[in-house]
Amino acid sequence: MTNDNFLKELHNPDMPVPEGMESTVAVTGFNELLSSIYNWGRSNSIWPMAFGLACCAIEMIATASSRFDQARFGMEVLRATPRQADLMLVSGTVTKKMVVPIVRLYNQMAEPKYVLAMGACAIGGGPFKEGYNVVSGIDKFIPVDVYVPGCPPTPQALLYGLMKVQDRIRGQAFGNANSIPWYGKGPSDEVPVPILGPDLIDPRQAFLLRRAAAGEFDAPEPVADSTEEE
Amino acid sequence: MAEQAPVIEKKDPTAGVLTALQEKFGDAVRVDDREGYSGIIVAGDKLVEVATALRDDLGYNYLASASAVDYLGKGDHLEMVYHLANVDAVGNNLVVKAQTPRDVATLPSVVPVWPGADFQEREAYDLMGITFEGHPYLKRILMWEGFAGHPLRKDWHEAYYEQDQKPFDSRWPEGDVWRSEQKNVYGKNVKYPDGFTLDDYEAQAERVIYEGMDLGVDVRNGIAADTVIVSMGPQHPSTHGVFRMVVTLDGETIVKLRPVMGYLHRNHEKIGERNTWIGNMPFTDRLDYFCSLHNNFGYALAVEQLLAMGKRYEAPTYRAEVIRVLMAELTRILNHLVAIGFLLNDLGAYFTPLMYAIVERELILDFFEAVTGSRMMCNYFRFGGVAYDLPERMITTALAEDVNQRVRDMDTMQYLRQLITERLPKAVEQTDKLLTQNEIITNRAIDVGVLTREDAIAYSAAGPVLRASGVAYDLRRSDPYSIYPDLNFDVAVRKHGDIYDRFLIRLDEMRESLKILKQILPLLAETAGQPFFAGRATHTVKTPVGESYGHSENPKGELGYYVVSDGGGNPWRYHVRAPSFINLTALDKMCQGHKVADVVGILGSIDIVLGELDR
Ligand code: SF4
Repeated sequence: MTNDNFLKELHNPDMPVPEGMESTVAVTGFNELLSSIYNWGRSNSIWPMAFGLACCAIEMIATASSRFDQARFGMEVLRATPRQADLMLVSGTVTKKMVVPIVRLYNQMAEPKYVLAMGACAIGGGPFKEGYNVVSGIDKFIPVDVYVPGCPPTPQALLYGLMKVQDRIRGQAFGNANSIPWYGKGPSDEVPVPILGPDLIDPRQAFLLRRAAAGEFDAPEPVADSTEEE
Repeated sequence: MAEQAPVIEKKDPTAGVLTALQEKFGDAVRVDDREGYSGIIVAGDKLVEVATALRDDLGYNYLASASAVDYLGKGDHLEMVYHLANVDAVGNNLVVKAQTPRDVATLPSVVPVWPGADFQEREAYDLMGITFEGHPYLKRILMWEGFAGHPLRKDWHEAYYEQDQKPFDSRWPEGDVWRSEQKNVYGKNVKYPDGFTLDDYEAQAERVIYEGMDLGVDVRNGIAADTVIVSMGPQHPSTHGVFRMVVTLDGETIVKLRPVMGYLHRNHEKIGERNTWIGNMPFTDRLDYFCSLHNNFGYALAVEQLLAMGKRYEAPTYRAEVIRVLMAELTRILNHLVAIGFLLNDLGAYFTPLMYAIVERELILDFFEAVTGSRMMCNYFRFGGVAYDLPERMITTALAEDVNQRVRDMDTMQYLRQLITERLPKAVEQTDKLLTQNEIITNRAIDVGVLTREDAIAYSAAGPVLRASGVAYDLRRSDPYSIYPDLNFDVAVRKHGDIYDRFLIRLDEMRESLKILKQILPLLAETAGQPFFAGRATHTVKTPVGESYGHSENPKGELGYYVVSDGGGNPWRYHVRAPSFINLTALDKMCQGHKVADVVGILGSIDIVLGELDR
């Protein structure tokens, strides 16, 4: 963000600026000022969590390394523990076995936190979607802020996605629960951790399972011919 | 007419072995006379005796691969297929099979004969539901304990199942688009057995990891003060991805280690059996995602072997083979540089050596991208050649100078020449100079994680891990393929089998690869303009009925593809012998007695990649 843009965005049009000083002075409310400084700091010092899932993780490493140099965006400090991380890069295929630790890791991250789904797999299952051990997209379990398509996305694409995360942070308002739920009253909700049963069980769907057990509907049979439905 | 690559004559030892075995076991062994098949079928109850005889009397000391096939509707039996080799001989690979009816699904375990069968039998148990009697620890390995069903059986269908073979009628040729989620009550890729209720269900997946793992600690009665269990992973900075180890520690010393895997099991084989033959090529890219081009190689070899049994087969052209070897050896250098970088990361040097490695990797990737269109997932090999010829010019950052310099338009051959004769040799020597004599490395690597020659063979270790233990077994020489017989290079061998040797051997192999690449350069120039593909390019190929096992010497070890065809456009069985997976069988052995801090170093020296490990 250039200086001019920054001032323009910060400036509250209802408050006049002395003539001749428009290019150097912005007048704004206290909360906006605080938010902008706070967000400027947050967006330029994102600590991503160091964990890679599959092929996409290699491009993530390439992004962090010599040629593409993620450090230019203040993101070079990869944290090995979720407690110190504020961005989770879901970089690769999410399997049913792995979604359990991922949700747990997400719950362990400190608020405010962000999730970037990298690659076709993390977005919707990718080439392995039909697989019996593959989750069709991490957003079925945890909220995702930015999607970066590709298989794998090039480092350039990932950098663009990371800049989008920064944009998102800059657009948030300090102390506003609508903008960042964490600023609201009460504890923030944890995402229920899935269970590995005869197949993956999402506790949020327990009611559906109960209905199925009560015979309210038949267990779904795969449909071979799709044209009759729709 | 394009010049064809010379055909390599392979001798088949089956007949000789069969006579020797029949003398001893009579009717219990017979030749596999199904059309398109080869090898020996052994009666289940005699399997262990025959295996022992094969190992002790006939020299088959190395179990390369063990895979299971479900012949539903084609005899209704399950079959275990063992690919054997003798590490001291050239090209005498043998196939041995054992069958069991589907409803019995029991075979004796060959772990006592070839300990390398350990994980592979667990995999067959997990995915095919074959029970191995006498196996020391028969638990699911890729899926979790409590999962319903054995997914690789032909009559087991996943939640999003649509049809047995691609392309699906619903999508092609009309192209009706919908999302599988819409057809599933749960909106997710899940299904549950009939009558499953949540109320009386107790999940056992996690508990079972520790229980019955024979960790030397009884969890139920509290943990004794002097031994503790530590779980490392699946999210751990030094496990190279989503891999998990459960270790029992006495103080800081490892008593027992169990790898727990399957966190990246993405059902490669099940999906592969639905894809068309050529449709599997991009999937092989995603096995060992550092070496996608090399993965293509093995798969192309396997299917070409199969096609060669039919009538209308044309072998790859000479230029295709030259390009293939070029790609394979560049991949090897790329992989080894990065592997050393990761190993050093594990030994505590953090990211610095990796940064150096990735500079070179980017240069090689520039070339891959110019040729194949993609940096990592190249999808470049075809049955009968490669997909495209090398382009005349390519866009790249300047070589030999700062990588961040402006993008340049370069002549491809000039780029390659500069890369192979100047840049990469320098990088290898630099790695050597920076690291080999480093005191921290020598202290942490010498005599740590030793794998003896005997153990390396018994545990079916492959690639640099096997050769660092003093076994000169390299498929490029032991079971030659492509144009390797014409090329002049040595098989690198080291003697001690510790981390340090596994580090050094990667340097050696890079030097040998450079030697090969320097011989490839003039061949490329000579064959310029010749066809890079033989035969007719089609979307689907029809293969003759039969089986084939194609393997290539991947940077990580023997990557094998066992494919069975029923004559259709899709594989009936598609199994991948993954070196990362089988090399881990010996991990416990290597780690015992060392400190917990050494585990990550030992793991790093094996060089695993999860996409291939879990498939
Ligand atoms: S999106 Fe493609 S590259 Fe990324 S993890 Fe999935 S298969 Fe691998």
